[in-house]
Amino acid sequence: MPIITVNNLTKQFKSLTAVDGISFSVEEGEVFGFLGPNGAGKTTTINILCTLLTPTSGSASIAGFDCANSSDQVRAAIGLIFQDTTLDAGLTAYENLKFHAYLYNLDRSLTEKRIDEMLGVVELQARKHDLIKNFSGGMKRRLEIARGLLHYPRVLFLDEPTLGLDPQTRNTIWDFITMLRKQEKITVFMTTHYMEEAENCDRIAIIDHGRIIALDTPARLKAMVHGDVIHLVTANNKQAIEEIRKNFALTAREENGGLVIETEKGDEFIPKLLHALTVQTLSVSLTKPTLNDVFLKITGRTIRDEVLPDDKEVTREFVRSHRRAQR
Amino acid sequence: MIQWRPVYVICLREFKKFFREKSRLLGTLARPVLWLFVVGNGMGSLIKPQAGFSYLQFIFPGMIGMTILFSSIFSSISIVWDREFGFMKEMLVAPISRLSIVIGKTISGTLISVAQAIIILVLIPFLGIQITFIQFIEVVLVALLVSFCITSLGILIAARLTSFDGFNIIMNFLVMPMLFLSGAMYPVTAMPSALRHLTLINPLTYGIDAFKHVLLKNGTPPLGPEFPLSLDLLVVTAISIVMLTLAALSFRRKE
Repeated sequence: MPIITVNNLTKQFKSLTAVDGISFSVEEGEVFGFLGPNGAGKTTTINILCTLLTPTSGSASIAGFDCANSSDQVRAAIGLIFQDTTLDAGLTAYENLKFHAYLYNLDRSLTEKRIDEMLGVVELQARKHDLIKNFSGGMKRRLEIARGLLHYPRVLFLDEPTLGLDPQTRNTIWDFITMLRKQEKITVFMTTHYMEEAENCDRIAIIDHGRIIALDTPARLKAMVHGDVIHLVTANNKQAIEEIRKNFALTAREENGGLVIETEKGDEFIPKLLHALTVQTLSVSLTKPTLNDVFLKITGRTIRDEVLPDDKEVTREFVRSHRRAQR
Repeated sequence: MIQWRPVYVICLREFKKFFREKSRLLGTLARPVLWLFVVGNGMGSLIKPQAGFSYLQFIFPGMIGMTILFSSIFSSISIVWDREFGFMKEMLVAPISRLSIVIGKTISGTLISVAQAIIILVLIPFLGIQITFIQFIEVVLVALLVSFCITSLGILIAARLTSFDGFNIIMNFLVMPMLFLSGAMYPVTAMPSALRHLTLINPLTYGIDAFKHVLLKNGTPPLGPEFPLSLDLLVVTAISIVMLTLAALSFRRKE
């Protein structure tokens, strides 16, 4: 039996439909991701699941309890880590955890042991009695994860768990999540708009404008985009499109002043391509399919512009090595 | 409906934070000292003692009322802080009732105000009045009731205040008028009738009058108590109940 069941869930705010009739279920022990741009309805869905909002129509249940009617049972069964920190900066790490233990009515004899255990897991044991205001962003996040798990929840919700953290801290947080998942055997439900993060999930629902537009494993989602993607910028795109069609029987799309070609084995294809083109090539880059391409394929938009710098890096690398090869 | 462990821990958090912020503790003492010895002495030179009480002694019950007013409003406005800094979410998603949060905030706000009122009593030796142990207990009891009333009012406001921008408006259009129109600085009976009507709908007026009953025993208007003690206690209790009910109701809303 699935631990989370969502049926035809809809949430309307006045004229805006934030969540538009979504249905899905999450199995126990799964890491389930919600991927989508800002404003797609991810946080609204989480807020309904964690009983902060009541749905306009449809239903959601966690561990067999209805989110709208049995909110206390649902709340006791879940742990939450929100986008923004919800720690009290004026209290110490220990005090924040103890506050949580009391709110969740954790067995008194267990409390101290459990707090120490969780602080140990997130490696904050040494900072136990320090005020949160002296903590870094990554430490706060780790403490929040410890707190979210303190009351032995069955499902851990992570709303953009690594938002605003630097890449290194982001990786550390993920190491913790992966480790905790093995140790605590819980179900993880997370939202993100970072592609790399979504790759860590067992299954991903891609959400846009309040609807789920795709739901599958990362591998199978990526298989929807056929082969690798080559981004090409030439002095004359029109002519290049024509030449590519003639020489390789491939369709190149024009996009953002460049060309996009989808093909198998892109790394082997690029040398052939450059050899065949008579127009001057300004830059070439190869991208293995990512979830962003899946999103692009379905919606015609990218999830986030910030994803681009990574691609540019690949481009520069390639152009450099290509020049060297020419010499 | 009310879960007492969460109520206890919500109170514990407020106390910890109160005693950690030394500036708040200092401010508690500084404000009434300033009023008493600067305003009290200045005005005292103009106003002759009546029925055995000086102006300085007359405003002391008002200063206890003022301390409670500021402390209670400040404590309850911390709900808005909690909301702004996200901590409120930690409480809202916990398996506890909204009423437990309201009760926790009310009890902690009340007790912190009472503690501050008691601190103010150290000024008594400088005022030329003496109080007995019984009077001390009476002051504490009245302080409990008045603090509870003002804290409930503050929580009702905080529940409706969506951002911290509203705080200045509350201070200028509610807290300061409540202080000036309470009989703390001048007798209610001496006010022009328009102001007197406003004073009569202010719960703090009755609270301060109750303090005058306890501290300025045998005093007569204008500098002594102006209403019967039973009326004072009745009004403050009634307003407290109404405020707390409204606060609990407005907290229960969920989208």
